[in-house]
Amino acid sequence: MARSASVRRRLRPLVGFLTVLVVLLIAWEAIKFIGGDTWHIENVLGTGVTIDHDPPLKFAFATDVKLPHVWAIAGEFGAQDAVGDTTVTRLLRAALFTLRNAAIGFALGSTIGMLLAILLVHVRILERAILPLVVASQTIPIIAIAPLIVIGLKADWFGVAIVSTYLTFFPVTIAALRGLRAFDPRAMELMRSYAASRWAILRKLRLPASRPYLFTGFRIAAPAAVVGSIVGELPSLIQDGLARQIITGMQYYSLNAEYLWATIAVSSLLGIGVYLLVAGVENWVLRHERRPEAALA
Amino acid sequence: MTNETTQARPVVDIAGVSKVFDARGQRATRVEALVGIDLSIAAGEFVSLIGPSGCGKSTLLRLIGDLTPPTSGTITVNGKPAERARRDRDYGMVFQAPVLFDWRTVQGNVELPLEISGTSKAQRAERAKEHLRLVELSDFAGHYPWQLSGGMQQRVAIARALAVDPALLLMDEPFGALDEMTRERMNLELLKIWERTETTIVFVTHSIAEAVFLSTRVVVMSPRPGRISSIIDIDLPRERNVETRELEQYFHLVTAVREALRGDERSAGSTDGDDDDLAERRVAAEGLSG
Repeated sequence: MARSASVRRRLRPLVGFLTVLVVLLIAWEAIKFIGGDTWHIENVLGTGVTIDHDPPLKFAFATDVKLPHVWAIAGEFGAQDAVGDTTVTRLLRAALFTLRNAAIGFALGSTIGMLLAILLVHVRILERAILPLVVASQTIPIIAIAPLIVIGLKADWFGVAIVSTYLTFFPVTIAALRGLRAFDPRAMELMRSYAASRWAILRKLRLPASRPYLFTGFRIAAPAAVVGSIVGELPSLIQDGLARQIITGMQYYSLNAEYLWATIAVSSLLGIGVYLLVAGVENWVLRHERRPEAALA
Repeated sequence: MTNETTQARPVVDIAGVSKVFDARGQRATRVEALVGIDLSIAAGEFVSLIGPSGCGKSTLLRLIGDLTPPTSGTITVNGKPAERARRDRDYGMVFQAPVLFDWRTVQGNVELPLEISGTSKAQRAERAKEHLRLVELSDFAGHYPWQLSGGMQQRVAIARALAVDPALLLMDEPFGALDEMTRERMNLELLKIWERTETTIVFVTHSIAEAVFLSTRVVVMSPRPGRISSIIDIDLPRERNVETRELEQYFHLVTAVREALRGDERSAGSTDGDDDDLAERRVAAEGLSG
């Protein structure tokens, strides 16, 4: 009982996400039903029924070119190119490449962010000197700085990971700065009574107490790492990632809008996927600190 | 730690200590928390500090523990300056709140001070188990703090403080947040622990009953400025139990402490501790009639 309840609690973000997704898809088709192009569907789900529907209104944004039917986009995943690859395998391969760079960027960015926060927490004067620079670094458009990093480093995929790092370290730094100060002040007195060193205080009090805050930073950083990775691929014309597929989709938009939508779907699913992964890890790491309301105190 | 040399000299020696709080030289916020404190505590004593809020009893405890420095005067613990004693981990501290780490099990919490003092893993586990047995929580070693009641959490905090075998145990209203029933049971348990460990205890409380029942000496303090107004020897038999609270001598001592506190009230106009007073009178009435 207790076990299945805790599994259910851990799956809750996923269930919520799927519900929202279904609602969005229904809303999408509802708009098309009210103000899209004429529907003409033969043999619905193999039942032999043919649907013809002329929406009463005409929304300029809801034409079949700008807002294709959900099933048309889904069908695009199965479409084959000249080499015989289906769209879904091509996009998944690209997503995997982007994910790898994003993961490296996330790992580097999180490490740098945490080390920076640990340094700033211990050396007050540095916090005042460095924090404005850290904030300023994030006001420069990533699209402007990505070519500098990727082309400047001449290291293709690693340059991409660095762009990802650049977007990742900031939320982690800010969250860790707050988290490392979020301990119970009485716990600090206790550590003082033990004559604990700074190192011991960091390891046994500051870091464990900072975890809920850190994970908030990680939740923001993970999808940002994916975005950073895609943006990083653009200037160097790296062929293997999602950026190449998005550009292809844009070029053929008026001929095959479904392809761009398919790439958008894969990109956002990747972002949501890494977010849910971080949320899942958080639930597991903090499992003992969760206080289920039903538990006896 | 309780060998012949420490028996000979006091565990705590406070001489001419004062403590002034002023927020960065602002005259208006200057508070004389303590003035002219002299107190000597021998090894094996159980000394309670009692007084209305604002009398500086907690501040005095924090001074002994070197959690805050005195403005003037000297504090010697185990024959060394208080700071040295803290660095040598000569004392254990228990606060009003248990202050347990949520992310550690009960045993992990008890092991915390041992980890910091660099005790080996095997020894840590052994000592933690031993002290959890002392506070009768052996069965809860693997539990997390939030799974325990308030009284049990405070017993974990006591086990944690005792884990390093300190010569001195500093307790700041450790049972203040507990209900009366739990508090009385904790008092008995604390006396048992005190007997078995032979440690010296300095205990801050605002309950007269608790102070008299537990202590060998009660230090009565008064506020504005915080000072020691009288020290009352509690010459009850050392062996104390439920019946101790019904001894005639116990009532005399409770009255003596109350009158010492009352004397302060008259001069300072404070009425803190009224609830205890009422409860005390009721208990006394019942005891005499029964």
